[in-house]
Amino acid sequence: MKYIDEFRDGEVAKGLAEAIRREANPARNYHFMEFCGGHTHAISRYGVSDLLPANVKMIHGPGCPVCVLPIGRVDQAIRLAVEQGVMLCTYGDCLRVPASDGLSLMKAKARGGDIRMVYSSADAVLLAQKNPDKQVVFFAIGFETTTPPTAVAIKQAAALGLKNFSVLCCHVLTPSAISSILESPEVRQWGTVPLDGFIGPAHVSTIIGSRPYEFFAEEYRKPVVIAGFEPLDVMQAIKMLIRQVNEGRAEVENEFSRAVDRDGNKKAQQLVADVFEMRKHFEWRGLNVLPYSALRIRSQFAEFDAEKRFPLGYASVPDHKACECGAILRGVKRPQDCKIFGTVCTPENPVGSCMVSSEGACAAHYTYGRYKDV
Amino acid sequence: MSESSATPRKNYVRPLDIKHGQVDMAHGAGGRAMAQLIEELFARYLGNEYLAQGDDGALLPAQGEGRLVMATDSHVVSPLFFPGGDIGCLSVHGTINDVAMMGAKPLWLSAGFILEEGFKLADLARIVQSMAAAAKAAGVPVVTGDTKVVERGKGDGVFITTTGVGVVAPGQALSGRSARPGDVILVSGTLGDHGMAIMAERESLGFESPIVSDTAALHGLIAAMRASGADLHVLRDPTRGGLATTLNEIARQSGVGMMLQEKALPVNPAVNAACEFLGLDPLYVANEGKLVAICAENDAEKLLAAMRAHPLGSQAAIIGTVHEDAHHFVQMTTAFGGKRIVDWLSGEQLPRIC
Repeated sequence: MKYIDEFRDGEVAKGLAEAIRREANPARNYHFMEFCGGHTHAISRYGVSDLLPANVKMIHGPGCPVCVLPIGRVDQAIRLAVEQGVMLCTYGDCLRVPASDGLSLMKAKARGGDIRMVYSSADAVLLAQKNPDKQVVFFAIGFETTTPPTAVAIKQAAALGLKNFSVLCCHVLTPSAISSILESPEVRQWGTVPLDGFIGPAHVSTIIGSRPYEFFAEEYRKPVVIAGFEPLDVMQAIKMLIRQVNEGRAEVENEFSRAVDRDGNKKAQQLVADVFEMRKHFEWRGLNVLPYSALRIRSQFAEFDAEKRFPLGYASVPDHKACECGAILRGVKRPQDCKIFGTVCTPENPVGSCMVSSEGACAAHYTYGRYKDV
Repeated sequence: MSESSATPRKNYVRPLDIKHGQVDMAHGAGGRAMAQLIEELFARYLGNEYLAQGDDGALLPAQGEGRLVMATDSHVVSPLFFPGGDIGCLSVHGTINDVAMMGAKPLWLSAGFILEEGFKLADLARIVQSMAAAAKAAGVPVVTGDTKVVERGKGDGVFITTTGVGVVAPGQALSGRSARPGDVILVSGTLGDHGMAIMAERESLGFESPIVSDTAALHGLIAAMRASGADLHVLRDPTRGGLATTLNEIARQSGVGMMLQEKALPVNPAVNAACEFLGLDPLYVANEGKLVAICAENDAEKLLAAMRAHPLGSQAAIIGTVHEDAHHFVQMTTAFGGKRIVDWLSGEQLPRIC
């Protein structure tokens, strides 16, 4: 496939691995967090870690939108479908996220909830048009990448005058999560999580550009390299991070220049600004309540806000006691450090959110890398 | 077919209105309407000397000294018609393949239909004609069957269960328990075509290059593989769950590990692109006209040549090897040069959010 195979070339990877080996100083260790689940998936699926020298370690970050979705939010979606009788539409990988009482959207569907998997927010609008006698709610989750399509859906519903479409908005913001990690006691005070730099998510930056990361580089003295999701992109970013660390630099560099610039997609940003505003507080799974870390629908579009249309409320629900997802999302622990990893918690029976999505750190390690643990 | 034998067969008041008619509850009630459906549709297209016996079962000739193999499979595909096939031919191919993978020569099929009230007779006729064509091409007749009708809303148009019977010659039986360290793993062609054709059609994804199901009966290919004289240990068709799930099943049954080479896996570029688009892995996508073969190391090239000489194996490839592994892991050297597990499919593959 053009524009894909070139970035998965094993021969190029060998050369790049050698270049990384030459670049890395054997006298020190390097710890880089790949923020985004897309990178975690690529690293595991292509075995990128096997090509890195032992002193270059990757730490899986919280950038999987499914993994940071708190139980209370999934509970709201289930209640909408089961108690309010709405047609609930959402992306495929939301369906298996564990909720309260052993439920998930998939299991709620089996119990009679009208829950539909859609490929885009536009499909949900279409379902609302086709089912005028049904209230259709789009359960909107994701980082900056999936937010503009939700904004489009709301504007489209407004233009069509749809009275049966609304959005349960759970969109979250990448920079807030990175701040939370860098401000966490493990990183800042105790130093138990060494972090020498970040690989920044390319898809997010196609929207917001590279500029929002400049603050982290300056304030926390951590280099950031924005990288694509192909394995060669990831390796190139690792090489660029090692070089920055060696040279004592902490800058934002852009490996994904084929699609990302400093300012991002201004049209998409405007669209998001038109429809959404900051939430003062939002709970993240594993990261607790973070200030100004998520979006809600502006009052101008209140009629398309499911939280206003339906009596929902929000109740925070703690994770399973033995589940270490919180620590794993912050890089404090590795999946294999969790007592229930691979025993009680498996992809068939995910206890924690990191085991649900193929982009979650636990699912990626279980699915692609657990042979290393035996 | 079973309930029809005692019913007078001729001179129905009106012929079955296949063009405009619909399945109704009477078509499954065991009376005249059901006899008419069987005679004017099922028997008309699937008819043969055994079906014509009209008893509850078919009386079949004995088949030498071999052992019998019987396999059954239910088909609930949605949509019923898809590029490259439909539930009719699929229900014939799927069961023939299950029998053939045991090393047997498929001889006869039965077909059980669960029809939903209101289903168009024209669509049913299209399905039965497709079954008939598939059975004829494969030389494996449908010799007995059954029909039930469920109320509207309690089915999904048509469900078909087919059972196949075949005979395996002495010493020719194959099993998933027979893979041995040192063996070589082959596939007969590109992976994921059927599953992606279904998904594209079901979700109206409208890819630029249409993806066509690979549904096919594979016993002819297997006969050619046998004729090569290669020492075959395992045959299996990687249907639901795809190649990955099939290999994990075999690895567990045989108590071995496997190592695949990603570069060697044949995947149609359109399927690859569609999987990429949806965040799916073609290793887990269903096939209906492909087989996995595991054979002795020294015979691998000979077997590959025999497979490639057959139209259904023209894109066959050697994809990996079997080794000792107490954990029964299926692993893969990625095209990228790293290593990963190729795990069982958990649940169903769901498209990623971004």
